[in-house]
Amino acid sequence: MDYTATAWDIAQAVRAGKASARDVLEAVLERIRAVEGASVRLLAPGEDPEALHRQHPGVHAFITLTEERARRQAEAIDRRVAAGEDPGPLAGVPITVKDILTVEGVRATAGSRILYEYIAPYTATAVARLEAAGAVVLGKVNLDEFTFGSSGESTAYQPAPRNPWDLDRVPGGSSSGSAAAVAAGMGPLSVGTDTAGSIRQPAAFCGVVGLKPTYGRVSRYGLIAFASSLDTVGPITRTVTDAALALQVMAGPDRYDATAATRPVPDYLAEMHKGVRGLRIGLSPDMFRITYVDQATGELVETRIDPEIEAAVRKAADLLADLDADIVDDVPLPHLEYGIPAYFVISRVEAASNLHRYDGVKYGYRTPEPVEDFWEMYRKTRGQGFGLQPKVRILMGMYVSAAQYSQRYYERALRVRTLIRRDFERIFDPEGPYRLDVLLGPTTPTPAFRVGEVYGDTVLMQYMDQLLVAANHAGVPAIAVPAGLNRQGLPLSVQFIAPDFREDLLLRAAYAYEQAVGGPLPVPSRLD
Amino acid sequence: MTAYEPVIGLEIHIQLNTKSKIFCSCSADPWEAEPNTQICPVCTGHPGVLPVLNRVAVEKALRLALALGAEVAEVSYFARKNYFYPDLPKGYQISQYDQPLATGGALPLENGRRIRIRRLHLEEDAGKTKREGGRRFVDFNRCGVPLIELVTEPDIRSPEEAAQFLTRLRQLVRWLDVSLGHMERGHIRCDANVSVRPKGSQSLGEKTEIKNVNLIDLLRPAIEQEIQRQIQVLEAGGQIEAWTLEWDEHQRVLRKMRGKETEADYRYFREPDLLPIVVDRAWLEEVAAELPELPWEREKRFQEEYGLPEYDARVLTTERALADYFEAAVKAYGGSPKAVANLVINHILRLMNEQRLTWDDLRVTPARLAAILRLVDQGVIHKNAAKKLIPLVQERDQEPKVVVEAEGMAQMQDTAALEALCARIVEAHPEEAAKYRAGKKGLLGWFVGQVMRETRGKANPQEVQAILRRLLEG
Repeated sequence: MDYTATAWDIAQAVRAGKASARDVLEAVLERIRAVEGASVRLLAPGEDPEALHRQHPGVHAFITLTEERARRQAEAIDRRVAAGEDPGPLAGVPITVKDILTVEGVRATAGSRILYEYIAPYTATAVARLEAAGAVVLGKVNLDEFTFGSSGESTAYQPAPRNPWDLDRVPGGSSSGSAAAVAAGMGPLSVGTDTAGSIRQPAAFCGVVGLKPTYGRVSRYGLIAFASSLDTVGPITRTVTDAALALQVMAGPDRYDATAATRPVPDYLAEMHKGVRGLRIGLSPDMFRITYVDQATGELVETRIDPEIEAAVRKAADLLADLDADIVDDVPLPHLEYGIPAYFVISRVEAASNLHRYDGVKYGYRTPEPVEDFWEMYRKTRGQGFGLQPKVRILMGMYVSAAQYSQRYYERALRVRTLIRRDFERIFDPEGPYRLDVLLGPTTPTPAFRVGEVYGDTVLMQYMDQLLVAANHAGVPAIAVPAGLNRQGLPLSVQFIAPDFREDLLLRAAYAYEQAVGGPLPVPSRLD
Repeated sequence: MTAYEPVIGLEIHIQLNTKSKIFCSCSADPWEAEPNTQICPVCTGHPGVLPVLNRVAVEKALRLALALGAEVAEVSYFARKNYFYPDLPKGYQISQYDQPLATGGALPLENGRRIRIRRLHLEEDAGKTKREGGRRFVDFNRCGVPLIELVTEPDIRSPEEAAQFLTRLRQLVRWLDVSLGHMERGHIRCDANVSVRPKGSQSLGEKTEIKNVNLIDLLRPAIEQEIQRQIQVLEAGGQIEAWTLEWDEHQRVLRKMRGKETEADYRYFREPDLLPIVVDRAWLEEVAAELPELPWEREKRFQEEYGLPEYDARVLTTERALADYFEAAVKAYGGSPKAVANLVINHILRLMNEQRLTWDDLRVTPARLAAILRLVDQGVIHKNAAKKLIPLVQERDQEPKVVVEAEGMAQMQDTAALEALCARIVEAHPEEAAKYRAGKKGLLGWFVGQVMRETRGKANPQEVQAILRRLLEG
């Protein structure tokens, strides 16, 4: 088995005793040594991350590699197989974990200086379940600081991840290292998180599959919170099958998360193969354009999405129609364009509050400078420990949740969120005018952009997530599936969105499409 | 000079006596634990943790809400109260804000006035900080201990009423097994909002808030001082400013902590990590069905059913276990409830107090107390002997009858022998006998004393008295 093997193939081989978990692991570790490039670290003041990248070009997916821990896990799996025990459905599958989820005994940085050298005392539920199913954790992968970004560039641990299809481009974010690692053959499965597209957008940029489950389908315990009412945990894989396999293991109620749904988890792999015959699949004109505020003029600007992406979506509809799906055109999503402004407000209010705990009192970074009192310790610790993105979010979150503004911004944003939710309720309503099973659309308005191209324009960066954030507001599940390469050889992606807890429908559509479009994308050869 | 009327409202935090904390499984009674030993990633706010609500805490809050006649919301929400302090590990306190668990209701005072309740909600406690040798230490043990916050309407009209409210509330929360109610351990913490207005006025004056007056004996002087201060300010033509004050225990005076301008904005918003608290009818009925008779209801019934004086009824209903004990003894005895009340109030409570006993430690069970009363009724022992017998029964954990026999405490039952003894005493003291017969009737007691000394207290004094009177007068 080499590093291009899927999670499904690895698990089947290890379970059957045809491959050892240890050999699979060594093959992937070899791959990591070949393509990872510079080992990332906290950037010193004045240091240029681009120079670090040029010195040791590579993908830079990892913050922490847990090689020895992985070897022990792999050996334990091999012993179980040898003893005739069931090693689990993910036996020997090397996985990576976005460094926003905790793994006991391993540092959890959240891509931030403020959690420097913080060692987590417990393992996130989603990760614990994957490990219990036989997965082997390779390490923690890089991300935008506290997940605040869509390119990976805002991490305090540099050089930031690169796109394996073109190292001059970003892998997307915030699950940057996750998507980059999976695309580059550094483990076929990564656990990511999605608050406004952070699983799907990097999956799209890197040509892999990214599944954002229904809010509450996968426990958030151990996910270092950004916007608690929007955060979800999900898999990034190269194939739809692997996504189904991983979700199967991760989903379900959790006594450590009151918001984790108690609804039974269906057999996703069985459901996935049922095909799309008779499924009602919708297309919305509102997903072929984005609206954003022009920073120079302050005007609302509307742009059509990249024509190659639009063509890929329409082609996907044709392929699914060929498989006897019913395509429903002109499905309206009138409140989609308000998704980002509402998200700005809601996520920042929650983020500012969630970031309060990083104060230097209990763990993580504390200013080394002398202080007069603990107020000064707070100021210096937070001032030095947080990067620009958390600071921007804290400031805005504090502002819009202040007593005198809360009504005008926060409460209003919550109402907008309800309207977006109703848009989806309407199109999925089995007695409504559209009766969709799934909605089909683009994942991102553009393919991967160049490093430095958008970073710095915090607002524009977030409008990149306009087609993604609606599913977070509504809580519904969505999946990004590769849709071939564009003329420049960059991955394209389509997105399916389904009603609450209907990941089964999502996977049916995604799997049928993946097969129809010619299978998953390969690991890019340019890296070799 | 204008006559002023104080207007007082209280904000009270009650620490619940649940086994575990409100959002994690750590012990909720960290009083005697070493600092930072009753903690986990959840209550110390580690990255990635989530709160999970302790249902028992909700149940206890419901119990108190129903006992106060408050209206329980079918759906209520948790909210985050955001502020920075080292003892608040998440940087926000999970509390309830716009939709509390219960609203309305009232607590009756002894004078019959009903102090209305504005709201009652659940929240988590913070930790403790202390400064020592120029360094600041934080103990997170108390973080996440469940609290009820109870806010009254400004219905209280004197420091005395405020103290009484707190006393009664403490009695109630113990009675309902909602809190241990140890004020010296901070199980009940009180802030008082105080204003004054010209008597007869219906409007409210500007108020000040006195923080952390956690002992009843402290609440009274603190409020009294603040009332006097406010009256002086107003009389001097000044205006009351909305200060927050704290009690300085050393100087026994109130000090200004901060003015209104530095009032914090807690930027409340609904807690996304917890589901709403849904209290359906079935749950509410279940709690209501298990609600005990309230102390003041029981106090009234003790007067009516057992003919107890108000004082006795009140004392016997200060604690539910005491009232239960009393009623069990009444039932076991079957005789006069007042006799039971006397023994309980005078001897059992004293014994428990002197020996610092809990109800679990008490070996003088209601059945044994009833047995003691029956021994008195049967004349086996004199009623004064009960005082001596009760500690012995406690000490030996034996039936009263067994103790009486072992100690030779039974009264002389042989009337002939007693008569002979009395006759001997009268003969031995002719002078005193003559004086008595000459009219100095007070000497009868002296004669009784002589006989009692001879019998070492085993004679029945009434009987002795009767015999002596007959001998001296007959």
